[in-house]
Amino acid sequence: MDSAEQSKRELEDIERQVRHLEKAAGENQDARRQLQTLQEQIEALRRQVTTHLGPWQRTELARHPQRPYTLDYIERIFADWSEIHGDRGFSDDPAIVCGMAKFHGEDVAVIGTQKGRDAKQRVYRNFGMPNPEGYRKALRVMRIAEKFRRPIFTLVDTPGAYPGLGAEERGQAEAIAHNLREMARLRVPIVATITGEGGSGGALAIAVADRVLMMENSIYSVISPEGCASIMWRDASKRELAAAAMKITAEDLSQFRLVDEVVPEPPGGAQNDWDAAARMLDERLQANLAQLKAKSPEELAAQRYDKFRGIAQAFTE
Amino acid sequence: MTWFKRQSGDLEPSGEKKVRTEGLWVKCEDCRQIIWKKDLDANLNVCPKCQHHFRVDARTRLAQLLDDGEYTTDDLKLASTDPLKFTDLKKYSDRLTKTRKDTGLKDAIVNARGKLNGQPVIVSSMEYAFIGGSMGSVVGEAITRAVERATDLRIPLLIVSASGGARMMEGVISLMQLAKISAALARMDDARVPYISILTDPTTGGTTASFAMLGDLNIAEPGALIGFAGPRVIEQTIRQKLPGGFQRSEFLLEHGMLDAVVHRKDLKNYIARALEFMMPN
Ligand SMILES: [Zn+2]
Repeated sequence: MDSAEQSKRELEDIERQVRHLEKAAGENQDARRQLQTLQEQIEALRRQVTTHLGPWQRTELARHPQRPYTLDYIERIFADWSEIHGDRGFSDDPAIVCGMAKFHGEDVAVIGTQKGRDAKQRVYRNFGMPNPEGYRKALRVMRIAEKFRRPIFTLVDTPGAYPGLGAEERGQAEAIAHNLREMARLRVPIVATITGEGGSGGALAIAVADRVLMMENSIYSVISPEGCASIMWRDASKRELAAAAMKITAEDLSQFRLVDEVVPEPPGGAQNDWDAAARMLDERLQANLAQLKAKSPEELAAQRYDKFRGIAQAFTE
Repeated sequence: MTWFKRQSGDLEPSGEKKVRTEGLWVKCEDCRQIIWKKDLDANLNVCPKCQHHFRVDARTRLAQLLDDGEYTTDDLKLASTDPLKFTDLKKYSDRLTKTRKDTGLKDAIVNARGKLNGQPVIVSSMEYAFIGGSMGSVVGEAITRAVERATDLRIPLLIVSASGGARMMEGVISLMQLAKISAALARMDDARVPYISILTDPTTGGTTASFAMLGDLNIAEPGALIGFAGPRVIEQTIRQKLPGGFQRSEFLLEHGMLDAVVHRKDLKNYIARALEFMMPN
Protein backbone atom coordinates (compact mmCIF):
# COMPACT_ATOMS: atom_id res chain seq x y z
CA MET A 1 0.00 0.00 0.00
CA ASP A 2 1.47 3.40 -0.90
CA SER A 3 1.70 6.24 1.57
CA ALA A 4 -1.21 8.16 0.05
CA GLU A 5 -3.48 5.15 0.33
CA GLN A 6 -2.34 4.61 3.92
CA SER A 7 -3.02 8.22 4.82
CA LYS A 8 -6.43 7.93 3.21
CA ARG A 9 -7.32 4.90 5.35
CA GLU A 10 -6.07 6.59 8.51
CA LEU A 11 -8.05 9.64 7.62
CA GLU A 12 -11.25 7.71 7.15
CA ASP A 13 -10.67 6.00 10.47
CA ILE A 14 -10.19 9.26 12.35
CA GLU A 15 -13.17 10.84 10.60
CA ARG A 16 -15.30 7.97 11.88
CA GLN A 17 -14.03 8.52 15.43
CA VAL A 18 -14.76 12.22 15.19
CA ARG A 19 -18.33 11.66 14.07
CA HIS A 20 -18.77 9.27 16.97
CA LEU A 21 -17.23 11.71 19.46
CA GLU A 22 -19.24 14.64 18.20
CA LYS A 23 -22.40 12.79 19.05
CA ALA A 24 -21.11 11.69 22.47
CA ALA A 25 -19.19 14.79 23.52
CA GLY A 26 -21.96 17.22 24.41
CA GLU A 27 -20.60 19.70 26.96
CA ASN A 28 -17.85 17.38 28.18
CA GLN A 29 -14.64 19.50 28.11
CA ASP A 30 -12.35 16.51 27.93
CA ALA A 31 -14.12 15.08 24.93
CA ARG A 32 -14.12 18.53 23.30
CA ARG A 33 -10.34 18.74 23.69
CA GLN A 34 -9.91 15.27 22.19
CA LEU A 35 -12.14 16.33 19.34
CA GLN A 36 -9.98 19.40 18.72
CA THR A 37 -6.82 17.28 18.51
CA LEU A 38 -8.44 14.84 16.13
CA GLN A 39 -9.63 17.63 13.86
CA GLU A 40 -6.10 18.96 13.62
CA GLN A 41 -4.90 15.51 12.68
CA ILE A 42 -7.54 15.36 10.00
CA GLU A 43 -6.35 18.61 8.45
CA ALA A 44 -2.78 17.38 8.37
CA LEU A 45 -3.73 14.03 6.88
CA ARG A 46 -5.95 15.64 4.27
CA ARG A 47 -3.03 17.77 3.22
CA GLN A 48 -0.83 14.71 3.03
CA VAL A 49 -3.41 12.79 1.04
CA THR A 50 -3.86 15.51 -1.57
CA THR A 51 -0.19 16.24 -2.06
CA HIS A 52 0.43 12.59 -2.92
CA LEU A 53 -2.56 11.95 -5.11
CA GLY A 54 -2.13 10.13 -8.39
CA PRO A 55 -3.81 11.20 -11.65
CA TRP A 56 -6.73 8.84 -11.20
CA GLN A 57 -7.35 9.96 -7.63
CA ARG A 58 -7.30 13.55 -8.86
CA THR A 59 -9.84 12.56 -11.48
CA GLU A 60 -12.08 11.19 -8.76
CA LEU A 61 -11.73 14.41 -6.78
CA ALA A 62 -12.43 16.51 -9.87
CA ARG A 63 -15.65 14.52 -10.27
CA HIS A 64 -16.48 14.42 -6.56
CA PRO A 65 -20.27 14.69 -6.17
CA GLN A 66 -19.85 17.20 -3.35
CA ARG A 67 -17.49 19.46 -5.25
CA PRO A 68 -18.71 23.05 -5.63
CA TYR A 69 -20.22 23.71 -9.05
CA THR A 70 -20.38 26.91 -11.07
CA LEU A 71 -23.46 28.35 -9.34
CA ASP A 72 -21.91 27.57 -5.93
CA TYR A 73 -18.86 29.61 -6.85
CA ILE A 74 -20.96 32.37 -8.34
CA GLU A 75 -22.97 32.61 -5.14
CA ARG A 76 -19.80 32.99 -3.07
CA ILE A 77 -17.57 35.10 -5.29
CA PHE A 78 -19.96 37.38 -7.16
CA ALA A 79 -22.85 39.66 -6.21
CA ASP A 80 -26.02 40.75 -8.04
CA TRP A 81 -26.03 37.66 -10.26
CA SER A 82 -28.53 38.12 -13.04
CA GLU A 83 -28.87 35.22 -15.45
CA ILE A 84 -29.10 35.55 -19.23
CA HIS A 85 -30.80 32.71 -21.10
CA GLY A 86 -31.06 31.29 -24.58
CA ASP A 87 -29.14 31.17 -27.85
CA ARG A 88 -31.81 33.07 -29.87
CA GLY A 89 -31.90 30.17 -32.28
CA PHE A 90 -33.15 26.99 -30.74
CA SER A 91 -33.32 26.84 -26.96
CA ASP A 92 -31.83 27.61 -23.58
CA ASP A 93 -29.21 25.08 -22.55
CA PRO A 94 -29.24 24.48 -18.79
CA ALA A 95 -25.78 22.85 -19.00
CA ILE A 96 -24.27 26.32 -19.42
CA VAL A 97 -25.23 29.26 -17.24
CA CYS A 98 -24.46 32.82 -18.28
CA GLY A 99 -25.10 36.11 -16.62
CA MET A 100 -24.18 39.54 -15.39
CA ALA A 101 -22.63 39.91 -11.96
CA LYS A 102 -20.63 42.24 -9.76
CA PHE A 103 -17.10 41.23 -8.96
CA HIS A 104 -15.88 43.35 -6.04
CA GLY A 105 -18.12 46.13 -7.25
CA GLU A 106 -17.26 45.82 -10.91
CA ASP A 107 -19.65 44.61 -13.62
CA VAL A 108 -18.52 41.40 -15.28
CA ALA A 109 -19.97 38.55 -17.32
CA VAL A 110 -19.79 35.07 -15.87
CA ILE A 111 -20.20 31.94 -17.96
CA GLY A 112 -19.89 28.39 -16.76
CA THR A 113 -20.88 24.83 -17.37
CA GLN A 114 -23.27 23.61 -14.70
CA LYS A 115 -23.69 20.15 -13.22
CA GLY A 116 -26.68 19.08 -11.14
CA ARG A 117 -26.46 18.00 -7.53
CA ASP A 118 -29.34 15.51 -7.17
CA ALA A 119 -30.72 12.99 -9.65
CA LYS A 120 -33.35 15.34 -11.04
CA GLN A 121 -30.95 18.26 -11.35
CA ARG A 122 -28.32 16.11 -12.94
CA VAL A 123 -30.70 15.18 -15.72
CA TYR A 124 -31.90 18.78 -16.06
CA ARG A 125 -28.29 19.98 -16.40
CA ASN A 126 -27.49 17.07 -18.72
CA PHE A 127 -24.62 16.09 -16.42
CA GLY A 128 -22.89 19.32 -17.34
CA MET A 129 -22.61 18.36 -21.01
CA PRO A 130 -23.63 21.28 -23.23
CA ASN A 131 -25.47 21.11 -26.51
CA PRO A 132 -24.58 23.51 -29.34
CA GLU A 133 -27.09 26.02 -27.97
CA GLY A 134 -25.07 26.27 -24.77
CA TYR A 135 -21.94 27.29 -26.63
CA ARG A 136 -23.89 29.71 -28.80
CA LYS A 137 -25.50 31.26 -25.75
CA ALA A 138 -22.07 31.60 -24.16
CA LEU A 139 -20.68 33.42 -27.18
CA ARG A 140 -23.73 35.64 -27.39
CA VAL A 141 -23.18 36.74 -23.79
CA MET A 142 -19.46 37.21 -24.38
CA ARG A 143 -20.31 39.54 -27.25
CA ILE A 144 -22.58 41.57 -24.98
CA ALA A 145 -19.72 41.82 -22.50
CA GLU A 146 -17.34 42.92 -25.23
CA LYS A 147 -19.73 45.54 -26.51
CA PHE A 148 -20.01 47.10 -23.08
CA ARG A 149 -16.34 46.57 -22.20
CA ARG A 150 -16.93 44.17 -19.33
CA PRO A 151 -14.43 41.46 -18.39
CA ILE A 152 -15.43 37.84 -18.74
CA PHE A 153 -14.94 35.01 -16.27
CA THR A 154 -15.60 31.45 -17.32
CA LEU A 155 -15.84 28.45 -15.00
CA VAL A 156 -15.36 25.07 -16.58
CA ASP A 157 -16.52 21.76 -15.16
CA THR A 158 -17.79 19.45 -17.88
CA PRO A 159 -17.20 15.85 -18.94
CA GLY A 160 -17.36 17.27 -22.47
CA ALA A 161 -19.74 18.51 -25.13
CA TYR A 162 -22.80 16.27 -25.34
CA PRO A 163 -22.38 13.44 -27.87
CA GLY A 164 -26.04 13.21 -28.83
CA LEU A 165 -28.06 12.91 -31.99
CA GLY A 166 -29.62 16.36 -31.77
CA ALA A 167 -26.29 17.90 -30.87
CA GLU A 168 -24.81 16.57 -34.09
CA GLU A 169 -27.83 17.68 -36.13
CA ARG A 170 -27.54 21.19 -34.79
CA GLY A 171 -23.79 21.46 -35.32
CA GLN A 172 -21.94 20.70 -32.10
CA ALA A 173 -18.63 20.89 -33.92
CA GLU A 174 -19.48 24.16 -35.62
CA ALA A 175 -20.60 25.72 -32.36
CA ILE A 176 -17.34 24.82 -30.62
CA ALA A 177 -15.18 25.85 -33.56
CA HIS A 178 -16.94 29.18 -33.79
CA ASN A 179 -16.33 29.91 -30.11
CA LEU A 180 -12.63 29.07 -30.41
CA ARG A 181 -12.16 31.54 -33.22
CA GLU A 182 -14.28 34.31 -31.74
CA MET A 183 -12.88 34.07 -28.22
CA ALA A 184 -9.40 34.46 -29.70
CA ARG A 185 -10.28 37.97 -30.86
CA LEU A 186 -12.59 39.31 -28.16
CA ARG A 187 -11.36 42.68 -26.98
CA VAL A 188 -12.02 42.36 -23.26
CA PRO A 189 -10.15 40.47 -20.54
CA ILE A 190 -11.08 36.79 -20.22
CA VAL A 191 -10.10 34.61 -17.28
CA ALA A 192 -11.01 30.93 -17.52
CA THR A 193 -10.85 28.52 -14.61
CA ILE A 194 -11.07 24.77 -14.86
CA THR A 195 -12.85 24.04 -11.59
CA GLY A 196 -13.50 20.31 -12.01
CA GLU A 197 -13.46 18.36 -15.26
CA GLY A 198 -12.02 20.05 -18.31
CA GLY A 199 -13.48 17.72 -20.89
CA SER A 200 -11.74 18.31 -24.22
CA GLY A 201 -13.21 20.57 -26.91
CA GLY A 202 -16.35 20.99 -24.85
CA ALA A 203 -14.25 22.68 -22.18
CA LEU A 204 -11.93 24.59 -24.49
CA ALA A 205 -14.96 26.12 -26.21
CA ILE A 206 -15.29 28.51 -23.26
CA ALA A 207 -11.63 28.53 -22.21
CA VAL A 208 -9.74 30.43 -24.90
CA ALA A 209 -8.72 33.08 -22.41
CA ASP A 210 -5.98 35.52 -21.46
CA ARG A 211 -5.45 33.51 -18.32
CA VAL A 212 -6.31 29.87 -17.85
CA LEU A 213 -6.33 28.71 -14.25
CA MET A 214 -6.80 25.21 -12.93
CA MET A 215 -8.03 24.35 -9.48
CA GLU A 216 -5.58 22.09 -7.67
CA ASN A 217 -7.77 19.00 -8.03
CA SER A 218 -9.19 19.64 -11.46
CA ILE A 219 -8.26 17.77 -14.62
CA TYR A 220 -8.01 18.84 -18.23
CA SER A 221 -7.88 16.23 -20.96
CA VAL A 222 -8.27 15.65 -24.66
CA ILE A 223 -10.53 12.64 -23.98
CA SER A 224 -11.81 11.10 -20.75
CA PRO A 225 -9.51 8.49 -19.17
CA GLU A 226 -12.25 5.93 -19.80
CA GLY A 227 -12.53 6.92 -23.45
CA CYS A 228 -8.78 6.81 -23.94
CA ALA A 229 -8.57 3.42 -22.21
CA SER A 230 -11.29 1.88 -24.33
CA ILE A 231 -9.65 3.07 -27.53
CA MET A 232 -5.95 2.61 -26.78
CA TRP A 233 -6.15 -0.36 -24.39
CA ARG A 234 -9.46 -1.67 -25.78
CA ASP A 235 -10.52 -1.90 -22.14
CA ALA A 236 -12.27 0.95 -20.31
CA SER A 237 -11.16 -0.42 -16.96
CA LYS A 238 -7.60 0.65 -17.80
CA ARG A 239 -8.70 4.21 -17.03
CA GLU A 240 -6.06 4.66 -14.33
CA LEU A 241 -3.30 3.90 -16.81
CA ALA A 242 -4.89 6.24 -19.33
CA ALA A 243 -5.22 9.02 -16.76
CA ALA A 244 -1.53 8.73 -15.96
CA ALA A 245 -0.39 8.47 -19.57
CA MET A 246 -2.30 11.53 -20.78
CA LYS A 247 -0.95 13.93 -18.12
CA ILE A 248 -4.21 15.50 -17.10
CA THR A 249 -3.61 16.95 -13.63
CA ALA A 250 -3.19 20.63 -12.86
CA GLU A 251 0.37 19.98 -11.82
CA ASP A 252 1.19 18.19 -15.09
CA LEU A 253 -0.41 20.82 -17.28
CA SER A 254 1.28 23.57 -15.38
CA GLN A 255 4.64 21.89 -15.95
CA PHE A 256 3.93 21.72 -19.67
CA ARG A 257 2.94 25.40 -19.47
CA LEU A 258 -0.45 24.63 -20.95
CA VAL A 259 -2.17 26.52 -18.13
CA ASP A 260 -1.06 29.68 -16.40
CA GLU A 261 -1.70 28.96 -12.79
CA VAL A 262 -2.82 26.32 -10.29
CA VAL A 263 -5.31 27.59 -7.70
CA PRO A 264 -4.85 25.89 -4.31
CA GLU A 265 -7.80 24.20 -2.67
CA PRO A 266 -8.62 23.71 1.01
CA PRO A 267 -7.08 20.60 2.63
CA GLY A 268 -8.42 17.42 1.07
CA GLY A 269 -10.13 19.24 -1.78
CA ALA A 270 -12.77 21.86 -2.54
CA GLN A 271 -15.57 19.47 -1.57
CA ASN A 272 -14.55 19.78 2.08
CA ASP A 273 -15.02 23.53 2.34
CA TRP A 274 -16.86 25.41 -0.40
CA ASP A 275 -16.39 28.80 1.23
CA ALA A 276 -12.66 28.38 1.54
CA ALA A 277 -12.38 27.08 -2.03
CA ALA A 278 -14.32 30.10 -3.28
CA ARG A 279 -12.14 32.50 -1.27
CA MET A 280 -8.98 30.97 -2.69
CA LEU A 281 -10.30 31.21 -6.23
CA ASP A 282 -11.60 34.72 -5.68
CA GLU A 283 -8.18 35.90 -4.64
CA ARG A 284 -6.56 34.58 -7.83
CA LEU A 285 -9.33 35.94 -10.03
CA GLN A 286 -8.83 39.39 -8.54
CA ALA A 287 -5.07 39.28 -9.04
CA ASN A 288 -5.34 38.13 -12.65
CA LEU A 289 -8.07 40.57 -13.58
CA ALA A 290 -6.07 43.46 -12.14
CA GLN A 291 -3.12 42.58 -14.37
CA LEU A 292 -5.29 42.24 -17.47
CA LYS A 293 -7.17 45.48 -16.90
CA ALA A 294 -3.92 47.39 -17.21
CA LYS A 295 -3.73 46.38 -20.87
CA SER A 296 -5.36 48.04 -23.87
CA PRO A 297 -7.83 46.00 -25.99
CA GLU A 298 -5.18 45.78 -28.74
CA GLU A 299 -2.54 44.55 -26.32
CA LEU A 300 -4.95 42.01 -24.89
CA ALA A 301 -5.85 40.53 -28.26
CA ALA A 302 -2.23 40.47 -29.40
CA GLN A 303 -1.01 38.81 -26.22
CA ARG A 304 -3.81 36.27 -26.27
CA TYR A 305 -2.81 35.39 -29.81
CA ASP A 306 0.84 35.02 -28.85
CA LYS A 307 -0.12 32.91 -25.87
CA PHE A 308 -2.01 30.32 -27.92
CA ARG A 309 0.44 30.60 -30.80
CA GLY A 310 3.32 29.79 -28.51
CA ILE A 311 2.00 27.02 -26.28
CA ALA A 312 1.91 23.30 -26.97
CA GLN A 313 4.94 23.37 -29.26
CA ALA A 314 6.31 19.84 -29.23
CA PHE A 315 8.18 19.35 -32.47
CA THR A 316 11.59 19.48 -34.04
CA GLU A 317 12.45 20.45 -37.59
CA MET B 1 -7.85 -6.45 -48.89
CA THR B 2 -8.72 -6.91 -52.51
CA TRP B 3 -10.81 -9.77 -53.70
CA PHE B 4 -8.34 -10.69 -56.37
CA LYS B 5 -5.41 -11.07 -54.01
CA ARG B 6 -7.04 -13.99 -52.26
CA GLN B 7 -7.93 -15.57 -55.60
CA SER B 8 -4.41 -15.35 -56.91
CA GLY B 9 -3.14 -16.82 -53.64
CA ASP B 10 -5.42 -19.82 -54.13
CA LEU B 11 -4.03 -20.37 -57.58
CA GLU B 12 -0.43 -20.22 -56.54
CA PRO B 13 0.22 -23.91 -55.78
CA SER B 14 -0.10 -24.79 -59.46
CA GLY B 15 3.26 -23.07 -59.81
CA GLU B 16 2.85 -22.13 -63.44
CA LYS B 17 1.75 -18.98 -65.27
CA LYS B 18 2.16 -16.85 -62.16
CA VAL B 19 0.73 -13.61 -63.43
CA ARG B 20 1.10 -10.78 -60.92
CA THR B 21 -2.44 -9.58 -60.77
CA GLU B 22 -2.27 -8.34 -57.18
CA GLY B 23 -3.39 -4.74 -56.84
CA LEU B 24 -4.74 -4.53 -60.37
CA TRP B 25 -8.30 -4.85 -59.18
CA VAL B 26 -10.17 -3.38 -56.27
CA LYS B 27 -13.57 -4.09 -54.89
CA CYS B 28 -15.77 -1.04 -54.33
CA GLU B 29 -16.52 -0.68 -50.62
CA ASP B 30 -19.96 0.53 -51.50
CA CYS B 31 -21.42 -1.27 -54.52
CA ARG B 32 -19.12 -4.31 -54.06
CA GLN B 33 -18.35 -4.41 -57.77
CA ILE B 34 -14.88 -5.18 -59.03
CA ILE B 35 -13.10 -2.24 -60.62
CA TRP B 36 -9.87 -2.00 -62.59
CA LYS B 37 -7.44 -0.07 -60.41
CA LYS B 38 -6.43 1.85 -63.53
CA ASP B 39 -10.02 2.90 -64.17
CA LEU B 40 -10.35 3.99 -60.57
CA ASP B 41 -7.19 6.12 -60.74
CA ALA B 42 -8.30 7.66 -64.01
CA ASN B 43 -11.61 8.53 -62.36
CA LEU B 44 -10.02 10.46 -59.42
CA ASN B 45 -10.50 7.41 -57.18
CA VAL B 46 -14.25 7.57 -57.54
CA CYS B 47 -16.08 4.32 -58.33
CA PRO B 48 -17.15 4.58 -62.00
CA LYS B 49 -20.13 2.37 -61.22
CA CYS B 50 -21.67 3.90 -58.10
CA GLN B 51 -19.73 7.18 -57.61
CA HIS B 52 -18.45 6.08 -54.21
CA HIS B 53 -15.56 8.36 -53.26
CA PHE B 54 -12.54 6.34 -52.17
CA ARG B 55 -10.17 7.92 -49.67
CA VAL B 56 -7.06 9.36 -51.27
CA ASP B 57 -3.74 10.03 -49.62
CA ALA B 58 -2.48 13.56 -49.00
CA ARG B 59 -0.20 13.75 -52.01
CA THR B 60 -2.65 12.22 -54.47
CA ARG B 61 -5.12 14.82 -53.25
CA LEU B 62 -2.70 17.64 -53.99
CA ALA B 63 -1.96 16.22 -57.43
CA GLN B 64 -5.69 16.00 -58.18
CA LEU B 65 -6.44 19.53 -57.02
CA LEU B 66 -3.50 21.47 -58.39
CA ASP B 67 -2.81 22.37 -62.01
CA ASP B 68 -0.79 19.72 -63.85
CA GLY B 69 -0.44 17.88 -60.54
CA GLU B 70 2.41 20.23 -59.69
CA TYR B 71 3.16 21.74 -56.32
CA THR B 72 5.96 22.61 -53.92
CA THR B 73 5.88 21.53 -50.29
CA ASP B 74 6.56 23.32 -47.01
CA ASP B 75 7.12 22.31 -43.39
CA LEU B 76 7.68 18.64 -44.15
CA LYS B 77 10.47 18.36 -41.60
CA LEU B 78 8.25 19.02 -38.61
CA ALA B 79 8.34 15.97 -36.34
CA SER B 80 6.74 15.24 -32.97
CA THR B 81 8.97 15.02 -29.90
CA ASP B 82 6.54 12.66 -28.13
CA PRO B 83 6.25 15.21 -25.33
CA LEU B 84 4.35 12.96 -22.91
CA LYS B 85 6.52 9.89 -23.59
CA PHE B 86 3.17 8.24 -24.14
CA THR B 87 2.71 4.50 -23.96
CA ASP B 88 -0.43 2.43 -24.20
CA LEU B 89 -0.24 -1.14 -25.47
CA LYS B 90 2.50 0.18 -27.73
CA LYS B 91 4.90 3.08 -27.39
CA TYR B 92 3.78 6.18 -29.25
CA SER B 93 7.36 6.62 -30.44
CA ASP B 94 7.20 3.16 -32.04
CA ARG B 95 3.88 3.98 -33.66
CA LEU B 96 5.45 7.12 -35.08
CA THR B 97 8.45 5.25 -36.42
CA LYS B 98 6.30 2.65 -38.12
CA THR B 99 3.77 5.01 -39.62
CA ARG B 100 6.54 7.32 -40.85
CA LYS B 101 8.04 4.39 -42.68
CA ASP B 102 4.67 3.31 -44.08
CA THR B 103 3.61 6.74 -45.30
CA GLY B 104 6.93 8.38 -46.08
CA LEU B 105 5.75 11.38 -44.07
CA LYS B 106 6.86 12.78 -40.71
CA ASP B 107 3.27 13.42 -39.68
CA ALA B 108 -0.32 13.51 -40.88
CA ILE B 109 -0.07 16.61 -43.04
CA VAL B 110 1.42 17.94 -46.26
CA ASN B 111 1.61 21.70 -46.76
CA ALA B 112 1.85 22.74 -50.38
CA ARG B 113 1.75 25.64 -52.79
CA GLY B 114 0.52 25.45 -56.32
CA LYS B 115 -2.07 26.80 -58.71
CA LEU B 116 -5.72 25.95 -59.06
CA ASN B 117 -7.07 26.89 -62.47
CA GLY B 118 -4.29 29.45 -62.62
CA GLN B 119 -4.98 30.95 -59.20
CA PRO B 120 -2.13 30.58 -56.69
CA VAL B 121 -3.28 28.70 -53.59
CA ILE B 122 -1.82 27.36 -50.36
CA VAL B 123 -3.05 23.91 -49.43
CA SER B 124 -2.84 21.84 -46.26
CA SER B 125 -3.66 18.26 -47.10
CA MET B 126 -4.23 15.77 -44.29
CA GLU B 127 -3.01 12.18 -44.38
CA TYR B 128 -5.54 9.78 -42.89
CA ALA B 129 -3.14 6.85 -43.10
CA PHE B 130 -0.92 8.56 -40.53
CA ILE B 131 -2.47 7.57 -37.16
CA GLY B 132 -5.96 8.28 -38.43
CA GLY B 133 -5.03 11.77 -39.59
CA SER B 134 -4.95 12.74 -35.94
CA MET B 135 -3.87 16.22 -34.93
CA GLY B 136 -1.00 16.63 -32.50
CA SER B 137 1.53 19.40 -32.22
CA VAL B 138 2.94 18.85 -35.71
CA VAL B 139 -0.36 18.95 -37.57
CA GLY B 140 -1.37 21.94 -35.45
CA GLU B 141 1.84 23.79 -36.17
CA ALA B 142 1.84 22.95 -39.87
CA ILE B 143 -1.73 24.14 -40.35
CA THR B 144 -1.08 27.28 -38.32
CA ARG B 145 1.93 28.05 -40.51
CA ALA B 146 -0.14 27.50 -43.63
CA VAL B 147 -2.77 29.90 -42.26
CA GLU B 148 -0.16 32.51 -41.39
CA ARG B 149 1.60 32.10 -44.73
CA ALA B 150 -1.65 32.50 -46.61
CA THR B 151 -2.54 35.56 -44.54
CA ASP B 152 0.86 37.21 -45.02
CA LEU B 153 1.05 36.50 -48.75
CA ARG B 154 -2.67 37.13 -49.28
CA ILE B 155 -3.01 33.82 -51.10
CA PRO B 156 -6.20 31.78 -50.61
CA LEU B 157 -5.97 28.79 -48.30
CA LEU B 158 -7.50 25.36 -48.79
CA ILE B 159 -7.44 22.78 -46.03
CA VAL B 160 -8.41 19.26 -46.99
CA SER B 161 -9.46 17.44 -43.83
CA ALA B 162 -9.28 13.69 -43.34
CA SER B 163 -8.90 13.18 -39.64
CA GLY B 164 -10.25 11.42 -36.59
CA GLY B 165 -9.57 14.50 -34.45
CA ALA B 166 -7.06 15.39 -31.77
CA ARG B 167 -4.25 12.91 -31.17
CA MET B 168 -4.67 11.26 -27.78
CA MET B 169 -0.99 10.44 -27.44
CA GLU B 170 -0.12 14.09 -27.08
CA GLY B 171 -2.88 14.82 -24.57
CA VAL B 172 -3.85 18.44 -23.96
CA ILE B 173 -1.00 19.52 -26.23
CA SER B 174 -3.18 18.19 -29.05
CA LEU B 175 -6.25 19.92 -27.67
CA MET B 176 -4.44 23.27 -27.63
CA GLN B 177 -3.81 22.98 -31.37
CA LEU B 178 -7.54 23.64 -31.85
CA ALA B 179 -7.17 26.99 -30.12
CA LYS B 180 -3.93 27.80 -31.89
CA ILE B 181 -5.27 27.18 -35.39
CA SER B 182 -8.58 28.89 -34.66
CA ALA B 183 -6.77 31.98 -33.39
CA ALA B 184 -4.73 32.11 -36.60
CA LEU B 185 -7.94 31.76 -38.59
CA ALA B 186 -9.42 34.71 -36.72
CA ARG B 187 -6.54 36.86 -37.99
CA MET B 188 -6.95 35.48 -41.48
CA ASP B 189 -10.63 36.35 -41.32
CA ASP B 190 -9.78 39.89 -40.17
CA ALA B 191 -7.36 40.18 -43.11
CA ARG B 192 -10.15 39.05 -45.50
CA VAL B 193 -8.03 36.37 -47.14
CA PRO B 194 -10.19 33.48 -48.41
CA TYR B 195 -10.19 30.11 -46.68
CA ILE B 196 -12.09 27.17 -48.11
CA SER B 197 -12.45 24.08 -45.95
CA ILE B 198 -12.83 20.79 -47.77
CA LEU B 199 -14.13 18.00 -45.58
CA THR B 200 -13.46 14.47 -46.75
CA ASP B 201 -14.11 11.04 -45.32
CA PRO B 202 -13.74 11.01 -42.35
CA THR B 203 -13.61 14.35 -40.53
CA THR B 204 -14.51 14.09 -36.87
CA GLY B 205 -13.69 15.25 -33.34
CA GLY B 206 -11.40 18.18 -32.74
CA THR B 207 -10.71 18.64 -36.44
CA THR B 208 -14.37 19.28 -37.18
CA ALA B 209 -14.66 21.30 -33.97
CA SER B 210 -12.01 23.74 -35.14
CA PHE B 211 -10.62 24.61 -38.56
CA ALA B 212 -12.75 22.24 -40.67
CA MET B 213 -15.89 24.18 -39.74
CA LEU B 214 -14.31 27.64 -39.97
CA GLY B 215 -13.95 28.13 -43.71
CA ASP B 216 -15.52 31.03 -45.51
CA LEU B 217 -17.05 28.06 -47.24
CA ASN B 218 -17.19 24.56 -45.79
CA ILE B 219 -17.67 22.03 -48.56
CA ALA B 220 -17.59 18.25 -48.45
CA GLU B 221 -17.23 15.30 -50.75
CA PRO B 222 -20.29 13.06 -51.09
CA GLY B 223 -20.80 10.39 -48.46
CA ALA B 224 -18.07 11.59 -46.10
CA LEU B 225 -18.47 10.88 -42.39
CA ILE B 226 -18.47 14.28 -40.67
CA GLY B 227 -19.25 14.95 -37.06
CA PHE B 228 -18.09 15.90 -33.62
CA ALA B 229 -18.60 12.68 -31.69
CA GLY B 230 -17.98 9.33 -33.32
CA PRO B 231 -21.05 7.25 -34.21
CA ARG B 232 -20.17 4.55 -31.66
CA VAL B 233 -19.90 7.04 -28.80
CA ILE B 234 -23.28 8.51 -29.73
CA GLU B 235 -24.90 5.08 -29.90
CA GLN B 236 -23.53 4.25 -26.47
CA THR B 237 -24.77 7.56 -25.07
CA ILE B 238 -28.29 7.53 -26.46
CA ARG B 239 -28.60 3.71 -26.38
CA GLN B 240 -30.18 3.39 -29.77
CA LYS B 241 -29.13 2.67 -33.34
CA LEU B 242 -28.37 5.69 -35.45
CA PRO B 243 -30.48 6.32 -38.55
CA GLY B 244 -28.93 5.48 -41.93
CA GLY B 245 -26.95 8.33 -43.45
CA PHE B 246 -26.47 10.00 -40.06
CA GLN B 247 -23.35 12.21 -40.02
CA ARG B 248 -22.82 11.82 -43.75
CA SER B 249 -22.20 14.87 -45.94
CA GLU B 250 -25.74 14.88 -47.29
CA PHE B 251 -27.14 14.76 -43.75
CA LEU B 252 -25.05 17.79 -42.77
CA LEU B 253 -26.09 19.65 -45.90
CA GLU B 254 -29.74 18.98 -45.10
CA HIS B 255 -29.22 20.31 -41.56
CA GLY B 256 -27.57 23.48 -42.78
CA MET B 257 -24.06 22.64 -41.64
CA LEU B 258 -22.34 22.64 -45.04
CA ASP B 259 -22.28 25.12 -47.90
CA ALA B 260 -22.18 22.42 -50.54
CA VAL B 261 -21.55 18.76 -51.22
CA VAL B 262 -19.36 18.58 -54.30
CA HIS B 263 -18.40 15.57 -56.42
CA ARG B 264 -14.64 15.12 -56.66
CA LYS B 265 -14.65 15.75 -60.39
CA ASP B 266 -16.31 19.14 -59.80
CA LEU B 267 -14.22 20.13 -56.80
CA LYS B 268 -11.60 22.16 -58.67
CA ASN B 269 -14.13 24.18 -60.59
CA TYR B 270 -16.25 24.80 -57.54
CA ILE B 271 -13.25 26.14 -55.64
CA ALA B 272 -12.07 28.19 -58.59
CA ARG B 273 -15.51 29.76 -58.89
CA ALA B 274 -15.54 30.59 -55.18
CA LEU B 275 -12.06 32.11 -55.26
CA GLU B 276 -13.05 34.26 -58.20
CA PHE B 277 -15.88 35.59 -56.03
CA MET B 278 -13.58 36.15 -53.06
CA MET B 279 -10.45 37.57 -54.67
CA PRO B 280 -10.26 41.18 -55.86
CA ASN B 281 -10.17 41.50 -59.65
ZN1 LIG C 1 -19.02 1.42 -56.35
